Amino acid sequence: MNATRLDEEFTSSVHIYEPHRNGLPRLRPYFKALWQRKPFATEMSRASIRADNVNTFFGQIWQVLNPLFLACVYFLLVMIIRGRGNSFDANVERFVHLCAGLFVYHIFFAGCVRQGASSVVGGGKLLLNMSFPRLLLPLAEVRTAFVKFLPTLVVFFVILLGFGRPLHWEVIIAPAFFLMLGMFAAGMAMIFATMQVYFRDIGSFLPYMVRIWLYMSPILWYPDDPINTLNDAGIPEWVLHANPLYSMVGGWSELLVQGHIPEASWWIAASSWSVVALVTGALFFMSREREFAVRL
Amino acid sequence: MTDTDTDTTTSDPAVRVENLSVMYRTTFEKVPTFKSALRRVGRGKREVHEVKALTDVSFEVDHGTSIGIIGSNGAGKSSLMRAIAGILPPSEGRIEVHGRVSTLLALGVGFNRKLSGRENVILGGLAAGMTHAELNERYDEIAEFAELGEFIDMPMRTYSSGMYSRLAFSVAVHLNPDILLIDEALSTGDAKFKQKAARKMREVADNAGTMFLVSHSMRSIKRLCSQCLWLHKGQVMMQGEPEEVIAAYSKFLEVGEDAFTLDDM
Repeated sequence: MNATRLDEEFTSSVHIYEPHRNGLPRLRPYFKALWQRKPFATEMSRASIRADNVNTFFGQIWQVLNPLFLACVYFLLVMIIRGRGNSFDANVERFVHLCAGLFVYHIFFAGCVRQGASSVVGGGKLLLNMSFPRLLLPLAEVRTAFVKFLPTLVVFFVILLGFGRPLHWEVIIAPAFFLMLGMFAAGMAMIFATMQVYFRDIGSFLPYMVRIWLYMSPILWYPDDPINTLNDAGIPEWVLHANPLYSMVGGWSELLVQGHIPEASWWIAASSWSVVALVTGALFFMSREREFAVRL
Repeated sequence: MTDTDTDTTTSDPAVRVENLSVMYRTTFEKVPTFKSALRRVGRGKREVHEVKALTDVSFEVDHGTSIGIIGSNGAGKSSLMRAIAGILPPSEGRIEVHGRVSTLLALGVGFNRKLSGRENVILGGLAAGMTHAELNERYDEIAEFAELGEFIDMPMRTYSSGMYSRLAFSVAVHLNPDILLIDEALSTGDAKFKQKAARKMREVADNAGTMFLVSHSMRSIKRLCSQCLWLHKGQVMMQGEPEEVIAAYSKFLEVGEDAFTLDDM
């Protein structure tokens, strides 16, 4: 036999299977195997992107059309609700801010959560037939969402510059907030993927949750908007950080649109939320994943 | 013997199963939903259903052995295979596996029907832990063995069930496993492919590989296996020479148990 022993500890050498008591697998070999099978997740996500739009006329162009239509629809909504009376510049700024938040939220974050949630249940036969670190399934969906997000970034910058908005140097810090959002999204994908195995209804409930979360995050409004109201009511400002996306999406947009570096509390909130979500999500998923085969 | 596995000392068996019990806890409904869960809570009953797939199974299989597993439907054959593959966690007991495992379990493998055969082969191989380089090297061999012709680049939803199992079988045997687990592989596919598959399995077995073969065809067990394990209702009834075990099994079916004919005999 000349197979190169790729991942000794997971498929080759000695395995011992014993009853797991709420058990986590041994972490080191698990993550080693996870890392070594990264190509599987990559290929899985590539294949699903390819399969996605083969039947539509515009094909992959939808990756760009989707966010554009989305931004227009929500901008219309905001204009109708707030009424006119703003200067053109203010409207442009609002539109650009909306694009920044909406693309990262709707295309990336919501994509991770929604697709990630169905990744295990949809994995069906693959799970019944093969033994591999199941964490690869939601992670593949995170990659898919990221790849779909990339073209919207181009759209965003075209809009930004097209409306004559300045490009701030602070843009280069924005990826830090994106990274934190990505970690948070991965954690959420893992949690919802696990939950959906036990309750299939999560799938129908998620779209509404995603929508409400959108309204509660600083996308249709500016991060500063609620602060006065809060001060008047005597509520401390930090309650805003109860929503993890407040700092993450808010910080992302502040950096891209205003070139304004968020204050320390935002960094602390965003980074702690993202680490907590990722660790909790991964542990929750791993502690349950050996039961998936029985539950599907 | 070409046993190259570094960690494997020769004294270890390929697979050692000790007092293995596998229990499913499932609810009655096929698709669990929130509504039915609420209704259950409302009525104050838990509809958790315990299925004992395997009870206190112990056996050892040495390297280089091909072992046939027989038994009627629901005897726990597939559960045993899944447990050895590490897919089903044991409820009790312990399984030791020495070597790289390749599985061919439920028919058709976990392939995505929207994608082409080629993409599915790559996905399956990567999931099994192969590298892109290894797969490229073996891809032609896999495709050729499966005899799919131009279908290999078509979406798998256009495949017939025979094509499905041919491709699945081809992938499983070409992963160069130390231990090959095959569940009813030969039940679809035409006579010609069955023969070819049987030859290939013999080749794997001759290469000092270890093979588990679940089959209802007593003839293929006799032809391919050097040992045989008979499961009945989750328990081991007998382990030994295929001739003996099959004879006992046939007799058992004649005298006891409900009518059950041996297909393919």
